[in-house]
Amino acid sequence: MLSDGAVYAGRPLGAAGETTGEVVFNTGMTGYQEILTDPSYAGQIVLLTYPLIGNYGINDDDFESDRLQPAGLIVREACDLPSNWRSTRTLHQLLAERGMVGIQGLDTRAITKRIRSGGVTMGIITHGDPDEALLRLRGTQVYGESDFVYSVTTKAPYAWGYAGKEGIEESSEGYRFRLAVLDCGLKHNILRRFAALNVRSIVLPAATPAEEVLAWNPDGILLSPGPGDPSRLEPVIEAVRHLLGQKPVFGICLGNQLLCHALGGRTFKLKFGHRGSNHPVKDLEDGTVTITSQNHGYAVDPDSLAGTGAVITQLNLNDGTVEGIRAAGVRASSIQYHPEAAPGPWDSRKYFLQFVEQMAGG
Amino acid sequence: METILVIGSGPIVIGQAAEFDYAGTQACKALREEGYRVALINSNPATIMTDRETADVVYIEPLNVDFCERVIARERPDGLLPTLGGQTGLNLATQLANGGVLDKYGVRLLGTPLSAIQQAEDREQFRRLMREIKEPVPESWIIESPDQLEAILDTVPYPCIIRPAYTLGGTGGGIAEDRETLWETGLKGLQLSMRSQIMIERSLLGWKEVEYEVMRDSKGNCITICNMENFDPMGVHTGDSIVVAPSQTLSDIEYHMLRTASLKIIRALGIEGGCNVQLAVNPNGFDYYVIEVNPRVSRSSALASKATGYPIARVSAKIAVGRTLDEIENQVTGTTKACFEPALDYCVVKIPRWPFDKFPNADRSLFTQMKATGEVMAIDRSFEAALMKAVRGLEIRQKDLKHPKYESMDDDGLRRAIAKPTDERLWAVAEGLRRGWGVEEVNRLSKVDKWFLQKISHLVGIERRLVEAGKLRGEGEDLSSLIAEAFLIGYPSASIRRLLGVESDDSPFGQVAKAEIERQKIMPVFKMVDTCAGEFESQTPYFYGTFETEDDALELRKAT
Repeated sequence: MLSDGAVYAGRPLGAAGETTGEVVFNTGMTGYQEILTDPSYAGQIVLLTYPLIGNYGINDDDFESDRLQPAGLIVREACDLPSNWRSTRTLHQLLAERGMVGIQGLDTRAITKRIRSGGVTMGIITHGDPDEALLRLRGTQVYGESDFVYSVTTKAPYAWGYAGKEGIEESSEGYRFRLAVLDCGLKHNILRRFAALNVRSIVLPAATPAEEVLAWNPDGILLSPGPGDPSRLEPVIEAVRHLLGQKPVFGICLGNQLLCHALGGRTFKLKFGHRGSNHPVKDLEDGTVTITSQNHGYAVDPDSLAGTGAVITQLNLNDGTVEGIRAAGVRASSIQYHPEAAPGPWDSRKYFLQFVEQMAGG
Repeated sequence: METILVIGSGPIVIGQAAEFDYAGTQACKALREEGYRVALINSNPATIMTDRETADVVYIEPLNVDFCERVIARERPDGLLPTLGGQTGLNLATQLANGGVLDKYGVRLLGTPLSAIQQAEDREQFRRLMREIKEPVPESWIIESPDQLEAILDTVPYPCIIRPAYTLGGTGGGIAEDRETLWETGLKGLQLSMRSQIMIERSLLGWKEVEYEVMRDSKGNCITICNMENFDPMGVHTGDSIVVAPSQTLSDIEYHMLRTASLKIIRALGIEGGCNVQLAVNPNGFDYYVIEVNPRVSRSSALASKATGYPIARVSAKIAVGRTLDEIENQVTGTTKACFEPALDYCVVKIPRWPFDKFPNADRSLFTQMKATGEVMAIDRSFEAALMKAVRGLEIRQKDLKHPKYESMDDDGLRRAIAKPTDERLWAVAEGLRRGWGVEEVNRLSKVDKWFLQKISHLVGIERRLVEAGKLRGEGEDLSSLIAEAFLIGYPSASIRRLLGVESDDSPFGQVAKAEIERQKIMPVFKMVDTCAGEFESQTPYFYGTFETEDDALELRKAT
């Protein structure tokens, strides 16, 4: 049920129970396992527009974090008998095991079109009385007023190297660079990509003050993706402001919005966001277009960048929103989409290499 | 540039049928939209593209160098678009270029350079390029003596394929599972070959066959239109295979590994326009091989176009005259650009249409040479419903998955029918599942992916429940919800009536059942094919029927 009272009936999927969250849709045709473990979906009920979900099952390798992140899942049809050589269990089994409430068997295209025309809205998956459920839904804190970053960030610093997650105290020998990562809701594949380029990541809680970040003596700083309204993250923005100019900075998704705020710009909420694996982005510097993986509900306000020293480097070809900025004076740049893919196209992996080169420049 | 000459695909032959008329017509319209004068030559007057409205001037003449040169001399086109007329158009353009006709009249070839086309089509050049860009092609060995054969017995991967060079219809070839068979078959092949030469190639029988339709513009922007997964594993020509779009059994990593490979190939070749890449994928690992590339608008691109709503031929024509993907409008939405990748919120099933009903004595077995003369494509929200729709679209005797020939076949015969690809294998597979052989056993026999078999098993299960409900005369499960479920996964009303056994049953039960079928039959809705899974509002009225709640067409009718 949506907050406007529209009811869609379906069958239960995953854990029994009730869940509320902001209902968003993702148009990717593959990648449900990565989506379900992407912390940027915290507080959201994800609707997958492709109708047949779970076909290739769930495997042990494609998790993007240690737990299921969205508040709930909506699909047209969940596959009970998947087929793929790596599959170890079904979508339903994963959801039931980890306590996520989902629903299937409803007209997902109808809900998608409603969100497209009315904008994203809060929703509830329930098996109870609709009128009472609506009251509970309206009593729930809305997405934009909640702080999700502090609940998805790491509690204690850790490191990520060639062998994956490791203790912070282990040696950084054998790596080319050390990267400090402000974890606002990281996906593992970002760390995997850096490790493949001989970079050891030191992952820090989102609210780590600037001095503590610099105390790790990093060669560069990464502002990670994450959920929620960036303008609510003043302590993080404050830290970024102090870090600018000290070390090369690269931001991904929420990191792009945090960089914008730290430079003095503003962000705004998109009507229904960009979530999928097919968004075209134009690089204004060389004129090329890249197909990107996206998952964001907020965007940088281009007018707010005037006088901040930042320039717009990339635009979304569909709706003209800002997809990348650069503040050359403070060696900081960021992109709004996901070069780490997982899910989505691998076409923008070059940004990891570019940032490593920037770290080489000091 | 003012006038552009477009070469059509000529007579309809296997693998080159009405889809090239569709592509050519789209291209002519796109070029005129860009302000060019279009001259068209095609030897086949029974086409839409030769209608007066399609091109500015139409020549219905034989597709050979002499006639084409005369048309060029008369029309003096500035450019020639060869990549939309199938292999016929491409071959003729190559002859015109090599014969100096194009140079003589100052005609520029538009779109993909000829050198790139040759590189894609010449087996050796293509393999060399793939090795350069580190894309895997199936390993092969040329053997010209028994000594050479002996030397490789321990290095080749088994099973492998033996192909003697220059023998009629591949006589003397075969598959070797072990070194003894390879030694014997290889020696025989060497004797039979006129040049005493055989080729030994890694066998990919049983691997998944996956295709990607990709596009590139002159600025190097590359996109995927659609990927497709074959129901029949490697060994059956993709034109003879049941195909589903998008792929169903590839995880995100596998999907994008193959997508990345396809884009790397189209970049390396320097294609300007559409291109089709065929890959063989190990069902039990991350390895894959590049099988073939079609450097032009092909039969598969016509299917991808209809499956996604993305006008591949139209965009290819615009790319050929120098427009780039980020400039060309996405005609379907009217608000976004052609530079994006379609997102489907439905499942597409293609079944080839073979002419065996007209040639009952022809060999029905399917392998690497295409035999289908047409195809049907169906769209629905589930694989089962799309498959059932496609079966009905074939306009053959079978309207569902029951086939008397296989129902009456003994177990041994049926096992052989499941193992051997023919036009009727789908029904043999369904019968095997109906006999309770299980998905594992049918997969072992047919190598068809278990995902497809599970779905067919689901359909057969509904069949069984309908038959059971008919026997129990309404005493068993709820008839209304069973009928709803049957409709939802694609059973037509006639099949439901037949399975319930109420076709000519006027008893109270029969009447109730028939009334319920009629009542539910009128409840399908129409959903739009909009290239973007509902993300943007769309203008093109292209719909499919399905049993859901909201009707996209109804909204459109109200709006107008």
